[in-house]
Amino acid sequence: MLEIEISGLRLRNPTMLASGVMGECSGSLIRAYRSGAGAVVTKSIGLEPREGYPNPTAVEIECGILNSMGLPNPGIDEFGEEMREVVELEIPVIGSIFAGDAESFSILAKRMQGYGACAIELNLSCPHARGYGLEIGTDPDLVRGIVKEVKRSVSIPVFSKISANVADIVEIGKAVEEGGGDGIVAINSVKAMKIDLSTKKPILFNRFGGYSGRGIKPIGVRCVYELASEIEIPIIGAGGVEKGEDAIEYILAGAKAVQVGSAIFYRGIDVFRKICKEMEEWMERNGYSSIEDFRGLALK
Amino acid sequence: MNYPRFVRITRVVRENRNVKSIFFPFESSIDPGQFFMITIPGIDEIPMSVSRILDKEVSITFRKVGDATERLFGMREGDIIGIRGPLGNGFRIEGDRILFVAGGTGIASIAPAVDLAKELGKDIIVVIGARTREDLFFLERMKKIGKLMVVTDDGSAGRKGLASDVAKEIIESNKVDQVITCGPEMMMKKILDLCRERSVDFQASVERYIKCGLGLCGQCCIGEGLRVCIEGPVFDGDTLARCADFGHYQRDSSGRRVYLKDG
Repeated sequence: MLEIEISGLRLRNPTMLASGVMGECSGSLIRAYRSGAGAVVTKSIGLEPREGYPNPTAVEIECGILNSMGLPNPGIDEFGEEMREVVELEIPVIGSIFAGDAESFSILAKRMQGYGACAIELNLSCPHARGYGLEIGTDPDLVRGIVKEVKRSVSIPVFSKISANVADIVEIGKAVEEGGGDGIVAINSVKAMKIDLSTKKPILFNRFGGYSGRGIKPIGVRCVYELASEIEIPIIGAGGVEKGEDAIEYILAGAKAVQVGSAIFYRGIDVFRKICKEMEEWMERNGYSSIEDFRGLALK
Repeated sequence: MNYPRFVRITRVVRENRNVKSIFFPFESSIDPGQFFMITIPGIDEIPMSVSRILDKEVSITFRKVGDATERLFGMREGDIIGIRGPLGNGFRIEGDRILFVAGGTGIASIAPAVDLAKELGKDIIVVIGARTREDLFFLERMKKIGKLMVVTDDGSAGRKGLASDVAKEIIESNKVDQVITCGPEMMMKKILDLCRERSVDFQASVERYIKCGLGLCGQCCIGEGLRVCIEGPVFDGDTLARCADFGHYQRDSSGRRVYLKDG
């Protein structure tokens, strides 16, 4: 009932483990898949190992989580071992990568493909790392160029994770489409800050962070709706998906799949199974037998 | 809310040349084995197990090892730290005869469990291992509770040797129902293997690099995605026996595997 097909990938259900959450080692990726995710997305991996920022890197705030990990990752060379242990179990794993230019993105994408990733996710939207993510993902020309270059380098689908921190998200979405991208993931966490009243300073070591969780769901749904109205390539909704109803909202806005991250904090690692069960119950009540039956109804 | 609460330090106690305890007000419920994320404003936020559970305050006990503990070491009564927690799970005492094995600063994490075992009227043996006499602490406190055995690498206090060797003799004499341990991972792994051979209940407080403390970032995972900050830090023998990385490798702050050396 929940099976989907997205850019040639057939998944058992439309929930994916979002990048940045429990995606740095093989064990946690495997656990997320065994907890019901349809696919898992790795932590964003760069060319070199990166330690990330000192703590505090994440706190719970009103209606969500604020984090600024700073893209810690073991580097693409060492990540091969983690990928091997996941891929040998035939788990659909999407390799998330970050870089500062098109050439580096291409190198990383090729490596991920070599490791057996079923697709690539370009991180064009991390809100808290200088020179990466959002800093390049807000320029449509750069985005178009990166997607084009990566598409030339690999044969697996290439998704681009983009940010709501732009004046016009459709402009970025169109740049992805023009570059030949296979899909869009919207949205990444939203650039935010929390100032502590005791210390009178930002609580995160890096001061700025990314806001995720239920507080950003309406922003994510709006972005998916806007994108789905104007572009043809598939969209994966992300931002505050906690329950089956949240996933359904994104799908009504036109998304083919959803990503789940912060909800693991609120509902545990088996949140994927819970969301799927809630979706099925809703579909049964409403007489739908497949995701495509109600996808994009809000746009019509 | 899993968010730091800033509190004033009520007392500081020097335990030895490199180890101090910091006390702060805490009145909610907390189990031996649980931990706090301690914020040193502007420097870092680090995990620390509770080392004393009193009526209206608790303590953390630490050795000077890096920037954050160096700064904590210099803190005095009235200074402010952030606390987030208690986080994770606690020790579960099983059986009547409990052997506690601590290596290095591991005694700080298991001391409250020793207190609890005493309250429950258990037979208690505590083995504390350290490099030298100067690295030992909590001896008086443990001596009051049960049978204490001290072992040092250089023989400067107690027996000369390793805590795991002393533990082996005790486990092999069939005198214990449960072993609770915290210390260097190779030590804990050796004890785990001994307990598995003899079907002795086993619990260990496992240390990993903890970042978010929310169960999200995945930095502290062992085995098949077990989060030390959520499902841990205390794991039982069955669980750890299934973790191929336990006693084999840990991960640094970038997530790279760092293989453990024997010894």
